Amino acid sequence: MTKLTLSRGLNEGLRKALENDPKVLIMGEDVGKLGGVFRVTDGLQKDFGEARVIDTPLAESGIVGTAIGLALRGYRPVCEIQFDGFVFPAFDQIVSQLAKMRYRSRGQVSLPIVIRIPFGGGIGAVEHHSESPEALFAHTPGLRVVACSDAADAFTMIQQSVSSDDPVIFFEPKRRYWDKAEVDTAGGLAGALPFDRARVAVEGTDVTLLCYGPLVRTALEAAAAARADGRSIEVIDLRSLSPLDTGTITASVRKTGRCVVTHEAPVYAGLGAEIAARVTEQCFYHLEAPVLRVGGFSIPYPPSRLEDHYLPDLDRILDAVDRTFGW
Amino acid sequence: MTVEPGIAPAAATANREPSSQPEEGLIQLLTPEGELIGHPDYPLDLTTDDIKDLYRDLVLVRRIDTEAIALQRQGELGIWASLLGQEAAQIGSGRALAPDDMVFPTYREHGVAWCRGIDPVKLLELYRGVSHGGWAPEEHKFSLYTIVIGAQTLHATGYAMGIQRDGRETSEAVIVYFGDGATSQGDVNEAFVWAPVFNAPVVFFCQNNQWAISEPMEKQSRVPLYQRARGFGFPGLRVDGNDVLACYAVTKKAMQAAREGQGPTLIEAYTYRMGAHTTTDDPTRYRLASELEMWKLRDPIERVRAYLARGGLAGPEFFAEVEAEAKQTGARVREACRTMADPPPLAMFDHVHAEPTAILRQEREQYAAYLESFEGPENGPANEEAAR
Repeated sequence: MTKLTLSRGLNEGLRKALENDPKVLIMGEDVGKLGGVFRVTDGLQKDFGEARVIDTPLAESGIVGTAIGLALRGYRPVCEIQFDGFVFPAFDQIVSQLAKMRYRSRGQVSLPIVIRIPFGGGIGAVEHHSESPEALFAHTPGLRVVACSDAADAFTMIQQSVSSDDPVIFFEPKRRYWDKAEVDTAGGLAGALPFDRARVAVEGTDVTLLCYGPLVRTALEAAAAARADGRSIEVIDLRSLSPLDTGTITASVRKTGRCVVTHEAPVYAGLGAEIAARVTEQCFYHLEAPVLRVGGFSIPYPPSRLEDHYLPDLDRILDAVDRTFGW
Repeated sequence: MTVEPGIAPAAATANREPSSQPEEGLIQLLTPEGELIGHPDYPLDLTTDDIKDLYRDLVLVRRIDTEAIALQRQGELGIWASLLGQEAAQIGSGRALAPDDMVFPTYREHGVAWCRGIDPVKLLELYRGVSHGGWAPEEHKFSLYTIVIGAQTLHATGYAMGIQRDGRETSEAVIVYFGDGATSQGDVNEAFVWAPVFNAPVVFFCQNNQWAISEPMEKQSRVPLYQRARGFGFPGLRVDGNDVLACYAVTKKAMQAAREGQGPTLIEAYTYRMGAHTTTDDPTRYRLASELEMWKLRDPIERVRAYLARGGLAGPEFFAEVEAEAKQTGARVREACRTMADPPPLAMFDHVHAEPTAILRQEREQYAAYLESFEGPENGPANEEAAR
């Protein structure tokens, strides 16, 4: 076991993927010498060459569009989109081409492409650098959408995503890039939790708290604080946003009878809505209270001096938890 | 036909009169009158038999197109995008390709599909609504039709980068088709940036048919399209898109250049969309009949026929034979279309992912149970649909 930052966990995972399969490529803006603006690809071009770690022109649709062509040729490109708010020029290629090619070809064409997107706020950034567009992709059939929350998952999930024959939108919690965790870099993927499964991060009995990406740490802190007050929160890191691991979610809610979902993205038509609907349908007679959602407001991401008000934090999460006991 | 810099586009559009003058820089080997004039840069390596084969291709794809339009009018197809007038651009370029070359088409490349050995019935599947594209792309080295304008230019460029990474750049190249309207798309311009930067072995084949649905060239560009390439750092040329021999020669040369490490070329095949954009369109609302009349004189098939007939290179029996084959092909396509079955309803759940997800499996099972809940299988709404 080694203690690594989340960024380094991704880096080591990508290194393994490049080593294990000569068809794996990295492509994106500044991924070469600079190692990416978050250093996720640091040193990879030096070790694997410019033909495999490709600094691309500054055009996101071009990155994804040419990655599709490379995948049609048998390659497995891993694309980096520099920031969440910059993915939209590539949205057409992702939604209209990447997600649909297997279906269009009746299964004759696979596009094993990973699109890495640093997402979420909390870093004091300017506009377009703090967004959480995951629901847009989760709403698109044909894509897998995952979010890692710590270095260990970053290391395994990026490798699992590269191995997947489906296109994967891989969300990275940018404000957690420098959080450290123990990672078993020598271990293979054989014993790892599949990347389409949720993980019970901490067990509890009174309420189920569903989260992913940057809010997993916040949720764990909330659970620790609640424990001091004698309340037992079960925290589930969803990890896979599409498809959802509904089995793990419903098993927990049937046990606790209460459910809170939290994400940074706006609550309105967000993933929490899908989860609340499914939990209500499948756990109706087990619920002591409605499923509550804690997330961003129905506003564009605010200027960063206000982001602490916008982002769900420990207090807002615990407020919702408390409310589930008031029904 | 082109707008010179400095002239307001609106003024150019207002009094748009067709011109019979040959366009500036146009590469032509066979005149509209069927005279073989040749070109010093593009020596022709085709025998008379080859040219007769090209003639046959031209006639057959036009017949297939005619049949498809009729099938749409009869309600057998939902829609059809006609290639009428663009046969030479497609057959000339399509026949210039080597077997290993990869093709990325739009939704109108029926002639190129023909050259790649795709059964025309497969094309009809898409326009009938039976599939989104029924052929195996790698088997024919012909990608599926792309309907979003220009998106495939990036796929072609990426595929060409893959050829380079496979160390196959001396033996394989890529050609991508798109239209005049597509040149305004960001994706096409990004592909124009990418391809020269990576020196990718890709040929951009633009069929400038003058009309993007109702919008004329003047709404897309103030410079001739082939000149765009220069700004991106690669060569562009304009060929008579109604001259099958010229299209063949320039494509062959550009593909060879790509294989020799000279990077991309933009070919603007100057042609005309003789029919509607698709069967849902009405071109009489936006263009002059005189323009169509002028382009009829430049018909891509008549000039080859004139060349073959005038020189005594082909007799009446040859033309009759081709006509008979066209008739037969048309009949076969018609019959295959009319008898084409709808897919079973549950097939719509297939091939979304490599393995179906639990949620999708559940939706499929629930819908199957819903269908079965109707009294007797013949009463289900989906089966009613299938029986129609």
